[in-house]
Amino acid sequence: MEFIVASSIAMMMAAGVYLVLRAQTFPVVLGLSLMTYAVNVFLFATGKLAINLPPVINADAAGYTDPLPQALVLTAIVISFGMTAVIVVMALRAYLESGNDHVDLSAPDQPISKRRSS
Amino acid sequence: MLLFSLIFVPFVGSLVAALLPADARNREAWLAGGVTVYGLVVAASLYPEIAAGEILRHDLPWLPAQGLDFVLRVDGLAWVFTMLVLAIGFLVVLYARYYMSPSDPVPRFFSFLLAFMGSMLGVVLSGNLVQLVVFWELTSLTSFLLIAYWHHRADARRGARMAFTVTATGGLCLMAGVLVLGHIVGSYDLDVVLAAGDRIRAHDLYLVALVLIALGALTKSAQFPFHFWLPHAMAAPTPVSSYLHSATMVKAGVFLLVRLWPALSGTPEWSWIIGGAGVCTLLIGAFAAIFQHDLKGLLAYSTISHLGLITVLIGIGTPLAMVAAIFHILNHATFKASLFMAAGIIDHETGTRDMRVLRGLRHKLPITATLAIVAGAAMAGVPLLNGFLSKEMFFSEALLVGSDRNWWMSAAAVAMGIFSVAYSLRFIAIFFGPPATDLPRVPHEPPRWMRFPVELLVLACLVVGVVPAISIGPILDVAVHATLGASTPQYDLAPWHGFNLPLLMSVIALVGGVLFYVVLRNRFDLHARTRTPLIYRFNGAQAYETVMLRLTSGAEWLLRWLGTSRLQPQLLIMIIAMLGVPLLLAGVPTQWTTIPRQGTDPLFALVWVIGCVCAVAGAWMAKYHRLAALSLIGGTGIITAITFLWLSAPDLALTQLMVETVTTVLILLGLRWLPPRIEAKELETPSGVWLHRSRDMAVAVAGGLAMAALTYAVLIHPASDTISDFFLLRALSEGGGSNVVNVLLVDFRSFDTLGEVTVLSIVALTVYALLRRFRPAPESTGVPAQQGHSLDPASHQTPAEQANSGYLMVAGIYLRLLLPFLGVIAVYFFMRGHNLPGGGFVAGLIFAVAILVQYMLAGAVWVENHLRVRPHRWLAFGLVLACTTGLGAWLFEYPFLTTHTAHVTLPLLGDLHLPSAFVFDLGVFAAVVGTTMLILVALAHQSVRAHRLPSEEAPQDSRRPS
Repeated sequence: MEFIVASSIAMMMAAGVYLVLRAQTFPVVLGLSLMTYAVNVFLFATGKLAINLPPVINADAAGYTDPLPQALVLTAIVISFGMTAVIVVMALRAYLESGNDHVDLSAPDQPISKRRSS
Repeated sequence: MLLFSLIFVPFVGSLVAALLPADARNREAWLAGGVTVYGLVVAASLYPEIAAGEILRHDLPWLPAQGLDFVLRVDGLAWVFTMLVLAIGFLVVLYARYYMSPSDPVPRFFSFLLAFMGSMLGVVLSGNLVQLVVFWELTSLTSFLLIAYWHHRADARRGARMAFTVTATGGLCLMAGVLVLGHIVGSYDLDVVLAAGDRIRAHDLYLVALVLIALGALTKSAQFPFHFWLPHAMAAPTPVSSYLHSATMVKAGVFLLVRLWPALSGTPEWSWIIGGAGVCTLLIGAFAAIFQHDLKGLLAYSTISHLGLITVLIGIGTPLAMVAAIFHILNHATFKASLFMAAGIIDHETGTRDMRVLRGLRHKLPITATLAIVAGAAMAGVPLLNGFLSKEMFFSEALLVGSDRNWWMSAAAVAMGIFSVAYSLRFIAIFFGPPATDLPRVPHEPPRWMRFPVELLVLACLVVGVVPAISIGPILDVAVHATLGASTPQYDLAPWHGFNLPLLMSVIALVGGVLFYVVLRNRFDLHARTRTPLIYRFNGAQAYETVMLRLTSGAEWLLRWLGTSRLQPQLLIMIIAMLGVPLLLAGVPTQWTTIPRQGTDPLFALVWVIGCVCAVAGAWMAKYHRLAALSLIGGTGIITAITFLWLSAPDLALTQLMVETVTTVLILLGLRWLPPRIEAKELETPSGVWLHRSRDMAVAVAGGLAMAALTYAVLIHPASDTISDFFLLRALSEGGGSNVVNVLLVDFRSFDTLGEVTVLSIVALTVYALLRRFRPAPESTGVPAQQGHSLDPASHQTPAEQANSGYLMVAGIYLRLLLPFLGVIAVYFFMRGHNLPGGGFVAGLIFAVAILVQYMLAGAVWVENHLRVRPHRWLAFGLVLACTTGLGAWLFEYPFLTTHTAHVTLPLLGDLHLPSAFVFDLGVFAAVVGTTMLILVALAHQSVRAHRLPSEEAPQDSRRPS
């Protein structure tokens, strides 16, 4: 299980980092989402993996997993929603102001997609 | 308190002066005059105590934790300087009243002048070295403002910048020096430092402290090689020059040296550094003064030279030399202030300060001419004037330094005497000869009260010169005793000491000076020279400009090579740093014990194979097919939610699922307005792009591997002690809930949650603000090809028609039925949140999704006609509720956000326990609903605007850059 979780985090992180380094805004937004997943699962994993031990007090429970990382990750998930919202809107706004969806307003080594006339 | 008011009142006056109307010349002058007179009265009232040799102290706690007090300390030296600053200040205020023209903005002038006066008094009255440095830098700042008073003139701006850069840099050196001194002594208190002279001189860091403090003092007093700023500061209005460069600003440097004389002097280093700088300054200043054509320029260089003279005396450092230094500080202040004022009158009356044009002024300005000639004679050191006395003391000290064998010091002193007679003659010459006819203005005597300060100062020069022992004697004595203490020498203030060597030197200087001037004038054509012979190559100002230019271009170079405003390289460097830095910092782990692993479940493995495929495929498709990429990434999100569920985190799973839904809708709404994707043409991809991609791929793989290694290491090692047990044990008993995660969020860590809800609200408002004036780009407003087919009946219908009677009818009925059910589910999850998985976050998201579904179905217009959604109110209500619940605890005298659980027995429902955290959670619920709705509705409204765009806002559209 540990290996599966670790390698999954690796895949999500790698895909996320690659996307974040792209030049267009849309891949960057997706990349940040993927990195968020990876980081959230990692933070969650600091409380160790436990199966069928939810932190809900119950007379029959065999034991409980660590509730603290869960509370922190829950906060992180909700905040990441806010972050995504701001980035999406900033990407839209930047597109409107600059006329292209490149993350940098002028990048000499990247061909700037010409605005199509409608 | 009386002492404190000495510094405080000028600053208050400065504030008041700044608030008066621009044309209130008289009121400003009365205010500034009143402030100085008040200071003079207070200072004069201290004289009996000071004359008795007392040291007055007033301590106020400043930074007690650092051992720093705000100390006002008045001894004889500080008192004499206070009187000097205030007395000359009063005369300058009076003079400025007439000098400033009605068109000048006087509030600014008097406000700066009073602030400068306050800072200067702060310097002289400080009993704490750190405090002294603070006021020191304040004088630099206020003098910058004063010099740049006519800031429409380039030379004023340049001069002010130069003066500020040099003196403030010196101030920083002084700060460092003071810190070193404090380190040596163990205190910044002036009394302690002055008493620790032997310890300081014996310390290893003595030279460091001395050099740093000397840098501060020499820059301030315009000593070689920092003298160049002073002539450029002449761009200031003449009252400013007359104040700053006679009695105050430049005197601060020599004041500091005299002040610290007991602590630092008496070593060869002191004599060489201070004395050496002084001798160079004295000769260069006096020589350069002869070749100036500007009246104020001549006075500026003469000031530099006289400050050099004072510095030499301090450098010699014998008690008698110190007496001469303090005496000359007073004398120079008197005659130089009057000379500057006279120069100002001449400038004011004739419209020029060019000595090549000015001549014969005694015919038109007889009284001013007489006054200026007497003051000029004092500057030259003519007997029976005050300048003569201190200069003779200087000559006799110069003789003593070299004793019988070494005459260079005496030679330098005589040379300086000759030069000063020559430049004084040059100054006086403008009053003689035939009257000039080509002056810009016809001169006549200035107003009575404009001349009054000059008259008073010149009278002082005469009285001191004739009867020094009676007039200046007691005051000088007070300052000398305070400085020298027990080593005060016997000295005799008298104009006549019999025939001796110093008198011979004075005679040589006078005769030689006259001859030198005549020769220069008649044989070397003084008026035609545009630069100072011999020393023009040592152009300090030029060197300063060069250094400044180098600094600027150096900073630009650094910025060009080390800085970027582009996001891509920044992200790349950040990710590489995040990879590399932990590797550098990581040490060898102490132990490698592992804990037993969980058994591998093939189903879980399969789930994650799907998750990873989704992630990688999503990354692949992001470039070509946005919708597919978004769906794939969403798939990864759902797999993440399943993982949480699998690994005993039901709350996380629920939240992740709902957030995933909302985020996908959000990106879908945003996606609509991004520019159309250009079709990929793989064959044309240049090799540079491939290089980029491989590099990014390598970084990505490295990042993934690093995360994997970190996670695996965390997972297989035993956990350190955590505080989790605390929460597990107390959740039910103290938090009143059995769902520990929820109790953590709304009770134990509720402050955190409050912050989070606030952040979400800010995010929502930011999005709202960014989108408020947003209009989608014209090329993305058209109907997509898939929806625009003419055979499709839906293409002619509004979204509402499609849902009510069109092809979405079945879905429409179903989804509208779902609304109350989803509402009930939200309430259910909310209610059970404290004891079972659920809570305000999840419930809020479910409720928001219930409404969003209606938007997606029938469009914004229809929903808002039938349902009043007011996200702002939800947001405000949620925040207010959460905050008031927290504040409620104060009513019962508990800390903010303390939870109280009430047990209520209600008919039908039975025994209920109602923790106040429940109300807090309700606030969270409302805020989450408000946030989600506000963000998504703001985005959804773009479609409403986009449809309006072509017809209504076409003119606006044409102005948009394309």
